[in-house]
Amino acid sequence: MSAVADTHAHHDDHGHHPAGILRWIMTTNHKDIGTMYLWFSFAMFMVGGTMALVIRAELFQPGLQIVNPDFFNQMTTLHGLIMVFGAIMPAFVGFANWQIPMMIGAPDMAFPRLNNWSFWLLPPAATLLVVSLFVPGGAAGAGWTLYAPLTVQMGPGMDLTIFAVHLLGMSSILGSINIITTVLNMRAPGMTLMKMPLFCWTWLITAYLLVAVMPVLAGAVTMTLTDRHFGTTFFNAAGGGDPVLYQHIFWFFGHPEVYIIAIPAFGVVSQVIPAFSRKPLFGYSSMVYATASIAILSFIVWAHHMYTVGMPLEAQLYFMYATMLIAIPTGVKVFNWLATMWKGSLTFETPMLFAIGFLFLFTMGGFSGLVLALTAVDVQMHDTYYVVAHFHYVMVAGALFSAFAGVYFWLPKWTGRMYDEKLGKIHFWLSMIFFNLAFFVQHFLGIAGMPRRIPDYSPVFAEFNMISSIGAFGFGLSQLLLVYNVVKTIHGGRKAPARPWDGADTLEWTHLPSPAPYHSFETPPTVR
Amino acid sequence: MAQAHTTQPWYYLPAPTRWPVIGSCALFLMALGTVLWINDAGVGRWVLLAGALVLVYMMFGWFGQVIGESEGGMYSKRVDVSFRWGMSWFIFSEVMFFGAFFGALFYARALSVPWLGELDQRLLWPDFQATWPTAGPGSKEPFSTMGAWGIPALNTALLLSSGVTVTWAHWALKENNRAQLILGLIATVALGATFLGFQAYEYVHAYTDLNLRLSTGIYGSTFFMLTGFHGFHVTLGVIMLTVILFRSIAGHFTPDRHFAFEAVSWYWHFVDVVWLLLFVLVYWL
Repeated sequence: MSAVADTHAHHDDHGHHPAGILRWIMTTNHKDIGTMYLWFSFAMFMVGGTMALVIRAELFQPGLQIVNPDFFNQMTTLHGLIMVFGAIMPAFVGFANWQIPMMIGAPDMAFPRLNNWSFWLLPPAATLLVVSLFVPGGAAGAGWTLYAPLTVQMGPGMDLTIFAVHLLGMSSILGSINIITTVLNMRAPGMTLMKMPLFCWTWLITAYLLVAVMPVLAGAVTMTLTDRHFGTTFFNAAGGGDPVLYQHIFWFFGHPEVYIIAIPAFGVVSQVIPAFSRKPLFGYSSMVYATASIAILSFIVWAHHMYTVGMPLEAQLYFMYATMLIAIPTGVKVFNWLATMWKGSLTFETPMLFAIGFLFLFTMGGFSGLVLALTAVDVQMHDTYYVVAHFHYVMVAGALFSAFAGVYFWLPKWTGRMYDEKLGKIHFWLSMIFFNLAFFVQHFLGIAGMPRRIPDYSPVFAEFNMISSIGAFGFGLSQLLLVYNVVKTIHGGRKAPARPWDGADTLEWTHLPSPAPYHSFETPPTVR
Repeated sequence: MAQAHTTQPWYYLPAPTRWPVIGSCALFLMALGTVLWINDAGVGRWVLLAGALVLVYMMFGWFGQVIGESEGGMYSKRVDVSFRWGMSWFIFSEVMFFGAFFGALFYARALSVPWLGELDQRLLWPDFQATWPTAGPGSKEPFSTMGAWGIPALNTALLLSSGVTVTWAHWALKENNRAQLILGLIATVALGATFLGFQAYEYVHAYTDLNLRLSTGIYGSTFFMLTGFHGFHVTLGVIMLTVILFRSIAGHFTPDRHFAFEAVSWYWHFVDVVWLLLFVLVYWL
């Protein structure tokens, strides 16, 4: 097809493009911005990971060894905030930036300048979070959920955290508006919604969730701010408010947030599995509907995070049943992925390994979620390591593994070079083994009653904690292989063909060379 | 671009830009300044002011560039549709922001205040009457609420009329009746500004006569946060309308291409609807 590259220079009004650091600061190119998102997210992954290792080092043995409890609380809080808002979400926005325009045959994102701003709001926010460690009283230590009344009592670090959350939220909202508009308005002729690669669908739905719930989080932290400094009593019973109100508002954001992280991961996996099964995705339309159902359900299940706050029994039952409904569309997805692999000509390159790893471990995380959805069980498990294990199966083995799959999958398209397959496989196996070492045992700790976010514990928990810490350090160190592999690929991997994966059939593989040119699809391709 | 219309691209892709990073610096300074200020560091307000000035500079620069491109004919129909989607979703995000505060109001009135009157709270607060309005069981200071049928009712009339005048101006624009367009916009800006004047007067009245403050328990919290954020949005709306007014005077917009006008009027109607909810749920009921 002739659609590849339009060399018409209607960029004559653009003048010269700045070079050096200014190129990155001023860029309006979706590929540049996607690259910045991915590197930023990796940097934050390292920062947040280091904090996790501080936590696991302290928990290596019972007793207080390395950090004081106050600093331990700050580490758990910042680890959560940085991983959620700084690492995982920006990673998938990075994928969206790189991939969506290429996958739908668009010249760029709908609002390229806004796109630049969405990214450049992140470094100031990260700076505020890091600065908060050094103010009197230290960083916020209330946990990433920032529950009142703890947050009302903290020092100035809390205020910095609140404004950091505001900036992160703004970034997400602007980025999401951009993604929605791109998907709805920038598709090439013939690229109907139901012909879009599933990754684009998942991001359309995710972006909708983000626009809907990030402002609610902004409202919650604004109330915290005014309760702290301006005498309001939203979360103070003496003034007629209620600290539980904070939890309701937070989890109205927080539960969709879980799917904001998971759904783009589904999208990546839905591109990778068909490519390495050499079969089209099984049940495409049911995948779209399942994703949309998960998104809608995510708005009406929030209080399953709060079974122990003293809700009426009826409310607990409602939230329990509503939560379990989510298993249905999620099951549709899991079975569709399995059916895609059924009788496929499977090969197991690194992206496929990570996708299958995702499939195994995310499904386990989903099952432990079902366990926690049962009110009667959750009353026992609430705030124990079982919960920690559950959401790390979803966040790390789910979202992060799928991000790794995506990086290995698209690296040839982005850089024009192949990564080192052997190193990639070692990275996968080390990650897989150490991840389970770190987190599988935490299920046992939680069932045995070890509470989370506490720096010390009874000696009866010693063995499992030791295993978990060894796993965590192994997992953290294994990630250095990824950086090494990526850098090695950029500087001298062997040249990649336009379509290195036989089964990959979306526009970026079929219509564009590797590496994809700086401007692709300035005039849209025609899609059958 | 001289032959803008003949070479209009499928989709206009802007050149590299310095405005977003300037905006980020502005917001960073504002965040830092506010944190310093509310934690009693005097320098904070100056940092905040500096950030706000940089933000204003950024807005002039960025919006100015967009207006120039729009008037220069760079934007195809498809770009116009993008702007429509973008504005719609932005307003949706604003709806959700107000939703959080309306949710807090609902929660307090329907759940947390009645719970505070239940038997198990009696030991702690034996005298508490769990009725709305309330400043909570811990509050001893009497206060009065803001009646609905004085200034708030007048403000409702003002905002509803401004919705009419902005539509009147829009009709004029579509028929290329520039005089009526400008007149309609002037009327809308004037109505909006009057609304803000009344709102300010009402706040002074609340503080001096009614002893109703931001710190007046959950009633004061929800009252001032909801009406305050609404007033802030009206202020933004008035500024946006003023910009559109000046652009209309400068001869911008054509009968069929004027999305900036429509975006501002969407925003204005949104602010209007939020006010109606406020009037019913905060002032009246």
